Amino acid sequence: MKARYEFVEGATGDLSFVAYASTLDSLFAAASEAVLAATVEDPSSVAASERQMLSLVEPDVELLLLRFLNELVWLRDAKGLLLRAESVHVTGESEARLDATLIGEPLSRKRHVLAADIKAATAHGLRIEARPDGFEAHVTLDV
Amino acid sequence: MVAPSTLQRIGPACFELGIGFREGMRVPVRVFGSEKLVKEMDDHVFIQAANVATLPGIVEASFAMPDAHWGYGFPIGGVAAMDEESGVISPGGIGFDINCGMRLVRTDLTFGEVAPRLSELVDALADRVPAGVGARGFLQLNASEFEEALREGAPWAVKRGYGVPEDLVHTEAMGRFSGADPAAVSAHAIERGLAQVGTLGSGNHYLEVQVAHSEGVADPALARAFGIDRPEQVMLMFHCGSRGFGHQVASDYLQLFLRLMPTKFGLPLIDRELASAPFASAEGQSYYAAMCCAANMSFVNRQVILHRIREVFSRVFQRSPEMLGIRCIYDVAHNTAKRETHMVGGEPRRLLVHRKGATRAFPPGHPELPPAYRATGQPVIVGGSMETGSWLLAGVASGAASFYSTAHGSGRTLSRTRARKLVRGRALQDELAARGILVRAASLRGLAEEAGLAYKNVDEVAEATEMAGLSRRVAHLVPIGNVKG
Repeated sequence: MKARYEFVEGATGDLSFVAYASTLDSLFAAASEAVLAATVEDPSSVAASERQMLSLVEPDVELLLLRFLNELVWLRDAKGLLLRAESVHVTGESEARLDATLIGEPLSRKRHVLAADIKAATAHGLRIEARPDGFEAHVTLDV
Repeated sequence: MVAPSTLQRIGPACFELGIGFREGMRVPVRVFGSEKLVKEMDDHVFIQAANVATLPGIVEASFAMPDAHWGYGFPIGGVAAMDEESGVISPGGIGFDINCGMRLVRTDLTFGEVAPRLSELVDALADRVPAGVGARGFLQLNASEFEEALREGAPWAVKRGYGVPEDLVHTEAMGRFSGADPAAVSAHAIERGLAQVGTLGSGNHYLEVQVAHSEGVADPALARAFGIDRPEQVMLMFHCGSRGFGHQVASDYLQLFLRLMPTKFGLPLIDRELASAPFASAEGQSYYAAMCCAANMSFVNRQVILHRIREVFSRVFQRSPEMLGIRCIYDVAHNTAKRETHMVGGEPRRLLVHRKGATRAFPPGHPELPPAYRATGQPVIVGGSMETGSWLLAGVASGAASFYSTAHGSGRTLSRTRARKLVRGRALQDELAARGILVRAASLRGLAEEAGLAYKNVDEVAEATEMAGLSRRVAHLVPIGNVKG
């Protein structure tokens, strides 16, 4: 299955999406792409000039996804970086661990047509479900 | 949506769901609103308000205001008072944007004086009050200065020349929540907030130039007491909060409470966004101290923005802010948890009142009101969509029924995704300009999401708060210029 995401009707004040992928690694990457697409009108306009490494540990894979997306939001707000996942590796059994390489560039209000100011990924309706061909993740972003 | 069949009318504009509605409810749900507004509420409002009714230490009822709609954990427009000793504190009962709030400012200017320069004025406001993704404020603060601001709130800004002492008197809690402790805030949150003081944000945040038309004044005596004292008077209203800083505080503690609820606290979790901690626990106290920091950051933010507005008006109209009569009518929060004393069963009781998308509305005579409003009741600011206008209201004695809480806005009826499918930002901007409302938006997509059709009718909401005895209408304010994030 090709990793993808789609925005869906959700809580009235906010933006919800569903990401689909054949592996957890690509599911996390697809979710990062959705956050980028909510932030800028044209995600392909975000160049690949800066890399950041990220490692996180959470009690389960859903809370790990929540934390991962919130780190992307933090990097945009605190460091002024628009980033997507270049590679993601999710592991762990008793707790979930993520090691990712993020790639992108500094946010430019001149070059990037900005869309929504995502303030947080929320735990509202957050879930990762197994499918016959992989996984799907349901996420709501606070705008 | 259809309201639950067990919903019973118990007052002219108050409906109740008994504790049998769902398992574990400790108190009933009370929904305020006209029959029409309550019938139109999405079913999540009732489910979420019933979930809130299960939280430990909740007192009297789980309330929903007339503008209630689907939120995270709590409905937006949700109010819950918790016993300070046995109750919990919940980030979901406060909202991610801690101390998101409204500030209303009067001027001596009339529509006739402003209209010829409106375009220049709105452009200058958009230029001087940064909005949208990645906006950075004009204050360059280091971490230690920022932490000072978190402790001190709006007085910190006034001390540095960004405002006058009278602004503080006309701000909820004098612009400072005591109990703020920056040590309870993560380095992540501090770093995120450093450059955000003086920025409007985005989403439903805005800065609006409005007119108080004589025919929109519902209570002339109260309007005069609040500073609306001439025909076609120009007003300023803005809506913003603690920006990414407050969100980071909320996210940090939500994740912490999620980890501790099943283990250390032994609390059941029926919705992750209702993650809570006992208020008396170390973690509960720590979140409260961090939340007070975010509340203070928000007061500083609105204070600094008012300073920029004064500068813009002064430059455009070539007169000092004092000569233009620019004065803060009131600044009030609608996303907080506050320690307050209320009468419960005839006895005073210390409570932690969560108001999420709900405005505190103290009645005439309340000791926490400044002398200027002791006789009138607290000004309440209810923001509507950029198309329909907003309302200034006042607190009333019968508001005791909701721990002196009322509505905060018009409440969304359409999701952002749906609104974007129905509206084009550029077309909306042109249409509003043709109707005499000049809009400057950081994002056209964001503008489309905030179209008037995505919201309830603010007039119905304001009327319903009066029917329900939560607040009374003072004046309707009509937009002529809007800066949107």
